[in-house]
Amino acid sequence: MNIPRNEILALGAGLAGAAVLALLPLVTEGFWLSIGVNIMLYAVMCTAWALFSGPTHLVSLASAAFFGVGTYAVAIFIDVLPFPVLILIAIAAGTVLALLVGLATLRLSGVYFVIFTLGLAELIGQIVTWVQTNFGGAIGLYVFTDFTETHLYWMLLALTVVVFITGWLVNRSRLGLALRIIGNDEAVARHVGVNTARARIILFAISGSFIAVAGAIMAPRYSYITPDAAFNPMTSFMVVIMPMLGGTRRLWGPLVGVVPFTLIMDFISSNFPNQTAVIVGIAFLAIVYVLPDGVTGWLETMFHRRRSTENGPLAKTAEEVK
Amino acid sequence: MLRRSFNVLMLSAGLALASLSAAIAEEPVRIGVSASKTGPLSGGAAGVLWPNIKLWVDKVNKAGGLKVGDRKRPIEIVEYDDKSTPEEAVKNIQRLATQDKVDLIIPPYSTGLNLATAPLIAKYGYPQIVSTGNANDLDKFVKRWPNTFWLLGPAQGIADGIVGTLKDLHDAGKIGNKVAVVNVSDAFGLEMIKTGKPALKQSGFDIVYESSYPLGNQDLAPVIAGAKAANADAFVAYSYPPDSFALTEQAQLQKFDPKAFFVSVGGNLDAYGKRFGAASNGILIMGGVNASDPVFQAYRKEHLQATGQEADWWASPVAYASLEILQQAVERVGSLDKKALNKEIQTGTFKTVIGDIHFEDNINNNNWTVGQWSDGVVHGVRATGNLQGAQPPVLKPAWPGN
Repeated sequence: MNIPRNEILALGAGLAGAAVLALLPLVTEGFWLSIGVNIMLYAVMCTAWALFSGPTHLVSLASAAFFGVGTYAVAIFIDVLPFPVLILIAIAAGTVLALLVGLATLRLSGVYFVIFTLGLAELIGQIVTWVQTNFGGAIGLYVFTDFTETHLYWMLLALTVVVFITGWLVNRSRLGLALRIIGNDEAVARHVGVNTARARIILFAISGSFIAVAGAIMAPRYSYITPDAAFNPMTSFMVVIMPMLGGTRRLWGPLVGVVPFTLIMDFISSNFPNQTAVIVGIAFLAIVYVLPDGVTGWLETMFHRRRSTENGPLAKTAEEVK
Repeated sequence: MLRRSFNVLMLSAGLALASLSAAIAEEPVRIGVSASKTGPLSGGAAGVLWPNIKLWVDKVNKAGGLKVGDRKRPIEIVEYDDKSTPEEAVKNIQRLATQDKVDLIIPPYSTGLNLATAPLIAKYGYPQIVSTGNANDLDKFVKRWPNTFWLLGPAQGIADGIVGTLKDLHDAGKIGNKVAVVNVSDAFGLEMIKTGKPALKQSGFDIVYESSYPLGNQDLAPVIAGAKAANADAFVAYSYPPDSFALTEQAQLQKFDPKAFFVSVGGNLDAYGKRFGAASNGILIMGGVNASDPVFQAYRKEHLQATGQEADWWASPVAYASLEILQQAVERVGSLDKKALNKEIQTGTFKTVIGDIHFEDNINNNNWTVGQWSDGVVHGVRATGNLQGAQPPVLKPAWPGN
């Protein structure tokens, strides 16, 4: 395989970074580890979300549905099957759900796709509730494990690494190219012979099953699983907002959003517990106005501007440079 | 009082540490709270939990502080918003335990968040007296986390309460055996109907109409019309606040006048009695209090004065009782040693606004399950265990103006 030198460097740096992050539980077992778990959770979900929604520009609000399906995969079978098997079940459940949604939304794009995915989490939550009342025991399911925050952190960190490697492989593949074309113009993509339906469904399944696994890993932290908690619509919104701050053009864009976002949110909610909603609202507005392309987009613009000013006092347009 | 800026917090944390050796007389007892201020659970928390914390802290501090050993120390609250999510709640508990190093913790609002934070609260050894949550199979949970205490008891008892009241009325020949039962189709309503329906059948009632409706449904006219058409003698709704109000209103509009009319959550709000005035007379609700107890009456007055809002007729006094138990445990143990506190709460008996509380295997089995409105006041008519002060239920008079 012909891999550019800078990508190998990035890969090495990423793995080294992950190795350093894996040491966090050895330093702290308390508050910062909890923050670490939250950051890792959203790092997985946002990056997985951006795998699909980044290139295709189809904003998916289905994250809560995938998350909940993964959570329930663990909640239902925790007493009878070992945890690794439950992860596999979560992957399977996430994939099946994504395939169904993918097939149902083949011809939907833009706002119609958004609305469909928004309803999905609610729909699945209601189905789970209905099944539980009619066929299961109680509404809530206990999940008792011996996992500590440290275990959850390590599992999520490992999952993050897998998501990044998958994303990198997808970007290099024909599938990644096809998706970028779909994102720019779906009609053009079809005309040049891209099987748009297939590309969309495959990537949606990859993205969804990662989020389902994240849900499965988090189930032990909930202890008591109810449909409201597992299919909480806030999950879907957070997963969209954080990559918006980071930017979705680069694989590591969402991560750049997740880390500061989690820390800033934490700072706001600990210092202004009574005004959190107002301040967060203002922060959202500020992000959209000041950083429409996210942090990574802004960094790239700054970088290019500096480079072009090096060529002379006036910045040159792309045509002039050519 | 409840608000603290971060700087002051850090400063006081530093001071608290510095003064450990010096042991200044007025060193505050720092109590951490993580509960909902935003998100779907914030309404309930703002109605039940936060006001009672404020009331309790005001009261204790006015009396010179919390008695720890032979010193009275002022209470200082460190509070965080859990945004109604388990992730935030868990993180807040971590922060309270390891960053703020609080002396005690007041657990969050709602069943889900209490269960989610239990493993961590247990890890740091704090007693967790849950006043705003319950679930089935609590004994399983208690075995695993013996520092959790459940004031509301198991969920089963609450759903069965109204069935017992109806059976008493039926056995006394006051009502027929035709019952209409409806529920809101969310976790709460489904859990209740699951226990309530078989209990009704077992008691020999004929369920002539049953229906469920989604949470947030505004149009409940068909539900009441159905119950009316079935000619039910009693109407049972496992409902939430918006629908408790809407069902009551529809029943009046459609002149559906059963002799027993029961609504669940929401019927216990003071606003419910104010909204329906004379029409609320005789309406049965979930929960209840011993309204003729002077201790409870005094509590209601204090609640209004300290917080500017009325206590409700079920959950508010329970939330307050959880704080009283914590306070009495500290006073008896004479220190803030968590192990000793847990042991005292497990074994002791506590005088509270809802009567004497004694936990059996960490679960309080004495709870009001049914109350009845009468001239703007709710009287408990049925309780589990041996609660005193239950009034005999009366038949609902016809809606006024009918």
